[in-house]
Order: sequence, then structure tokens, then C-alpha cells
Amino acid sequence: MSEATPSAIVAPPAAGRARRRAAAQLGWGLAALGAWIGAYAGLAPASRWLTYGLLRLAPGGRLGAAVEFFLFETPKVLLLLALVVFGVGIVRSYFTPERTRRILAGQRESVGNVMAALLGVVTPFCSCSAVPLFIGFVTAGVPLGVTFSFLISAPMVNEIALVLLFGLFGWQVAAIYLGTGLAIALAAGWTIGRLRLERYVEDWVYQTRVGAAEPEATPTWPARMAAGREAVRDIVGRVWPYVVAGIAVGAGIHGYVPEGFLASVLGRDAWWSVPLAVLIGVPMYSNAAGIIPVVQALLGKGAALGTVLAFMMSVIGLSLPEAIILRKVLRPPLLAAFFGVVALGIMAVGFLFNWIL
Amino acid sequence: MKTIQILGTGCAKCQQLAAVAEDAARTLGAPYELRKVTDLKEIMGFGVMRTPALVVDGVVKLSGRVPSAEEARRLLG
Repeated sequence: MSEATPSAIVAPPAAGRARRRAAAQLGWGLAALGAWIGAYAGLAPASRWLTYGLLRLAPGGRLGAAVEFFLFETPKVLLLLALVVFGVGIVRSYFTPERTRRILAGQRESVGNVMAALLGVVTPFCSCSAVPLFIGFVTAGVPLGVTFSFLISAPMVNEIALVLLFGLFGWQVAAIYLGTGLAIALAAGWTIGRLRLERYVEDWVYQTRVGAAEPEATPTWPARMAAGREAVRDIVGRVWPYVVAGIAVGAGIHGYVPEGFLASVLGRDAWWSVPLAVLIGVPMYSNAAGIIPVVQALLGKGAALGTVLAFMMSVIGLSLPEAIILRKVLRPPLLAAFFGVVALGIMAVGFLFNWIL
Repeated sequence: MKTIQILGTGCAKCQQLAAVAEDAARTLGAPYELRKVTDLKEIMGFGVMRTPALVVDGVVKLSGRVPSAEEARRLLG
């Protein structure tokens, strides 16, 4: 095709190349999706065949149960993770922290709390970003309570946790986690806003002048897809050892710990199990992937759902490292209020579910 | 001379970014100066909310993740 004769009628060759590239990408995408569906559908028969056919383990035996569980759950969870992380990676290209900051700046409370909690779900959260995020929001005029709603939901309600809950327990538990997580972020953030604790933010925070970031170019679709793939490489690449280890532990408990063993300790009748779970969980730090398969084994062996949910939320949502990091910007009364209000919210969720289920 | 600044408070990703950036700069061959910025006020001055971040000659090129070696070379070039 001649490139030296621009003409108003003939489309430039570059557009044709771009279209072909987009079509090729779409083709690869559909092929990948097809492979994913095929792999997912084949997991149950494959794991059964591998355990009882190839390895010749005794059906109904403990080792067989543990191995089949492991061989089924590990690829299943990893497949789900890859799919969802990809999707969320694309959603994230629409909601960068800079854009979130612009959206939330100057919002009233309550509406702002809702938006902040929702935006936190799609925002990745590395503890080291907690402080820059906090400063960025507060100096942009985002109310303190709204900022906290964001800071609560971002680590606690993330797609990794939701995917794993969905994959291992079904959509109801995932929905419960999502709903109550958002509710806690909302209520705790709003409460902290009401307490008027602005004076306990370290002074230097308000004096910090946040430079204007370069305005970001709106990403093109290929760029968004690349962001999705990058997210999968980054997150699944980092998290898979925890997933495998966690499922291995879960498999061991699944096969070997007798039914109901934990019910006496963590069961619904022991009312102190919820505060205990939260107290143990708060200082602990784990990413969602590491803790959920253990959680699932606990559930499978008789621990009450409310207690286990409370434990999981407090491990993922609050941690000692996070407290240490936030101490740079929050004075002790505010930091204590933050942790206290969230811990109480988590306990309330734990009690609620132990009571209604 | 290229001025490369790595913004971050010291978590693992910040070290990784520094390593990747240093490698890329060396591969490109041009003279460069690499500085790690850990002071929060200075980091915020760039308008960055996600660490680690890569700043080349005063312009924020990347924030919130560690680039591949190839992408790093592209961002520094």
C-alpha cells in the first residue's frame, strides 16, 4: 500500500494495522478464555483421576481426601485468581489513586464515605502506600472520615480475598464478606468523622504541599489490557506460593482433622471466640491469599462462620506493621480510635453472623 | 547527565525498583545519577501517592509498581 499518497478517501495504512492488531488481540483473548473454561471444567474429573486412578490412593481414605482436595482446589483457585485479577486490573486503569483523590475531594460525609468505601475495593493497597495516600487525600480536602473509609476498605475488601472466598465457599460467603466489609468501612469511617479527631493528625501532614502529578493520558484499550496482564503477572506471580501453601494446609486439615474438633474452641456457643479471634487477628499481618485457605479448613471443621470471618477481616484489614506506618501521620489517640472502631465493627459482624446462622 | 530518583519509604518494592532502574541505566550507558528519596514530604512534593515511584529528570515516569527491565530502559531512554 503506497504511503506517499495521502488521500481523503483511502484510510491510512496505520489504521488498518491498528485494526488488525486489535483483532489479533481479541482473537488471543477469546482463545485464552476458552482455554480457561476448558481447564476449569476439567478440574474435578482430573483431580479425581489423578488421586484415585493414577496415584491409586484409597477412596474414602484420609490421604486420598487430602490429595484430591489439594489437586482440585489449587488450580481452581489460581485460575479464578488469574481471571478476576485480570478483570480488576482493567477496572483499575479507570480508577487510579490520583483520580480517586479528585473524585473524593470536597465530598460531603455519608455520600463520600460510600464512594470511598467502594473505590477502596478496586484500589490496590500496599502498606507502604498508606501514608502517601492518606496525605494526598487529606490535603486535597477529602474529609478525614471519608479518607478512613477508603483506608479501611482498600486492604480489607480486595478482589483477591473475594475471589478466594468465592472459589472456596461459594458466592454467598463472598457476598457476605463484600457487604459487611463495605459496611464496616462505611460505618467506621463515618464514626471517626463524627468524633472530630482532626486535631490528632500530625501537623506536618496538613503543611505538606502535594505537587501536581503529571496529568495522565487516558489509556487506550490495548493499554488497559496490558494493565490487566501486568496485574496478573504481578499479583498472581507474587501470591501463588501462599495460595499453594495455604491450600496444602487446608488439605491436611480437610483430610486429617476430625469433624467438629474446633467447634468447641471456635464454635458459635463460645461467645468469647469472636473477641478472641479479633484480638489475635489484629496484630497479625497476612495477605488475603495466605490466610483464606486456612480459614476454609477451619470452617470445614466446625468453626463458626462469624468467628472465622472476624478473624480473617482483622488479619487482613488491620496489622501491627500498618499501625507502625500510620503512626507517622496519626497521633496515638486517632490511631487508637481507628483501630478500635474497626475492631469493634469486625466484632459486631462476627457476633451477628454467629447469631443468625 | 540523567537524574534518576527512586521515591519510596523502603519496602521491598522500592528496593526492586532501585535495582531495576540501576540496571537499566547501566545498560543504556549514558552517565546518570541515582538517588533514593525516602523523605515523605519530598515524595509528596512530586504529587505521587503510590510508592515506589520512578522520577527521571524531574518527571514522574511511573508510580505504584516495578517495571520490567525493558520498560525501565524505555522510561529512562
